[in-house]
Amino acid sequence: MRNHASGTIAAIVATLINIAAAFLIGALLIVAVGENPLKAFGVVWTGAFGSLKGFSFTLYYATNFIFTGLAVAVAAHAREYNIGGEGQANVSGLGVFLVGAMLPFLPWPVAIVLGIVAGMTFGAAWAFVPAYMSARRGSNLVVTTIMFNFLASLLMIYLIVNFLRPTTSMIPASGALADNLSLPRMDRFLLTLGINIHENPLNITFLVALLVCVAVTFLIWHTRWGYELRAVGENRDAAAYAGVHVPRVVIQAICLSGALAGMVGLNEVFGVQHRLILDFALGYGFTGVAVALIGNNHPLGIIPAAILFGALYQGGASMAFMFPKISREVVVVLQGLVILFAGGFVAVLRPYLTEQFDHFFTRKVA
Amino acid sequence: MDYLTIVFVTASALRLAVPLIFAAMGGLYAEKSGVIDIGLEGKMLFGAFAAGACATAFGSSAAGLAGAIAAGILLALAQAFASIHLRGNQLVIGIAINIIASGLTAFLGIAWYQRGGQTPQLDTHERFLPIILPGADAISNVPIIGPLYAQIISGQTVFVYGAFLLAIITWLVIYRTRFGLRLQACGDKPEAVETAGVSVFVTRYIAFTINGALCGIGGAYFALVQGGAFYKDMTAGQGYMALAAVIFGNWRPGRVLAACLLFAFADAAQGRMQGAMIGDFAIPTQLIQALPYVLTLLLLAGIVGRAEGPLEAGRPYIKGER
Repeated sequence: MRNHASGTIAAIVATLINIAAAFLIGALLIVAVGENPLKAFGVVWTGAFGSLKGFSFTLYYATNFIFTGLAVAVAAHAREYNIGGEGQANVSGLGVFLVGAMLPFLPWPVAIVLGIVAGMTFGAAWAFVPAYMSARRGSNLVVTTIMFNFLASLLMIYLIVNFLRPTTSMIPASGALADNLSLPRMDRFLLTLGINIHENPLNITFLVALLVCVAVTFLIWHTRWGYELRAVGENRDAAAYAGVHVPRVVIQAICLSGALAGMVGLNEVFGVQHRLILDFALGYGFTGVAVALIGNNHPLGIIPAAILFGALYQGGASMAFMFPKISREVVVVLQGLVILFAGGFVAVLRPYLTEQFDHFFTRKVA
Repeated sequence: MDYLTIVFVTASALRLAVPLIFAAMGGLYAEKSGVIDIGLEGKMLFGAFAAGACATAFGSSAAGLAGAIAAGILLALAQAFASIHLRGNQLVIGIAINIIASGLTAFLGIAWYQRGGQTPQLDTHERFLPIILPGADAISNVPIIGPLYAQIISGQTVFVYGAFLLAIITWLVIYRTRFGLRLQACGDKPEAVETAGVSVFVTRYIAFTINGALCGIGGAYFALVQGGAFYKDMTAGQGYMALAAVIFGNWRPGRVLAACLLFAFADAAQGRMQGAMIGDFAIPTQLIQALPYVLTLLLLAGIVGRAEGPLEAGRPYIKGER
């Protein structure tokens, strides 16, 4: 008898082994440059979770990673790898910025709704061509989205430098948006309660991210479309025989993926920067890959995975500050290792673990 | 553009094409063997770092080059092991290789040299310098031929000549040797190779060894010729550009070489085109920079030509399965 739970448990155990292995290699690297890894990781921990301020920064980073992680996960359910989260987020920033620039009088509750619509639309639009090429022409989505990341960056340089930058400024960024557009921030809210956590980018978008997680869970596991999506991911031929219009579902999935990555634009433009900055989403798309792989493409896994990487980003900065020989880049190495192990060992490790757990459970039942 | 400008742009295009050609030819071996390689960028970057570090440590350019080749092969074999033996997702593994290389080179660079990820500036004997061919000075004033000989043919580093030689050798290896035929068969029909008594795994590992060495050399060029030191993230997307060249060149050595030269030429011309006008419209330099990616996408979309990659690329080979 095949036990359904053993698959899930195997996935979780495999993920934990993966994270442990990545941290072990990270620790060896820290030893190699002559520092104590336990102390270093201790500083990461206190930097990320030790204070309300640090924890807020962790959640701010996690907000972006939840969006890019969900983006990768939705496409992954159709067995497609959207590496273009970075480009889609960059372009979505333009959409959010345009809403703010054209409608500067909006109060934030309206601005956030229009910002979500604009960010998602621009993100989905930037994903459409790769999506179409993947579904209709069989082009490799990884390759096309990498190209679209470069194109997004070039497009944004062109637009920002030539049109959006104030004439007096040399920095590649637009002018500031109206103050009334700024989303409510945690530091200001806590200040009204008498708690001072200093300047802090964590804003209401984090709650939006949690709501989006609920929405994505509902969509993938409780709707007809979600069923079609998972059917396409499991077996395209079978899905097609069952009457699913496979190319349509694939295109929709990748565009939804782009739309989710586009939510990063809301967090950054309306929530934090209040302007459009060049390459504000640098590296977020790749972190999204790591988050989705660790989170097993499920929102319940993606939230802790996003917080893990948020903590590494935030705590990594504290660590680099405390230990001059250790730089924040060790976090990038960990991220790469996690992706390597999840991508490389999953084909071997997970079936093996599933089998082991199966044996274990069946013996108990018998 | 006058003649002299064209000569200068061509000369600089040749220099810019070098890392593209090495990485693209490296990518070609891997892809012909049936493994998609997104990790060219990471292996070049790792090679560039090793080149900078070894050239400084041993005080010689040859040591730098050797270190780069070793580093490239090391990373390529790790990628090959995960892709071939562990049957992981080749795309995901390639991305991981790039991220690891980006993080690791910066981390080690900062820890070892403490100048923001840069290796120490290399002396002239630790770098590769341009070779002035005999008579270059003498005839440089002769019209037409003079500048052509002095700027383009002479005054290049050994890497430029090596890159063209490599393209020819790659063509010969792939189309005129037994190994090349096996390599292609591995990419198109691995069961047939195995039936003929040749190991698909071994062939793919050999392909990746060559791939790593070539990426390493391409990376070394950045540190030992262009930069005179390793800088953080110094390959700056050229590995992805090389990947684009493999695709735009339709996985054929001659066309891949042409694609590399075209992309490099666009890059070299882009600096000179600042403020160039068509009628009243100023051509944005970003448009020229976007050209390689746009052309590759058009090919993939089937609008210009048709992409004809190895049939089994991306699919792990499992012995005994068909």
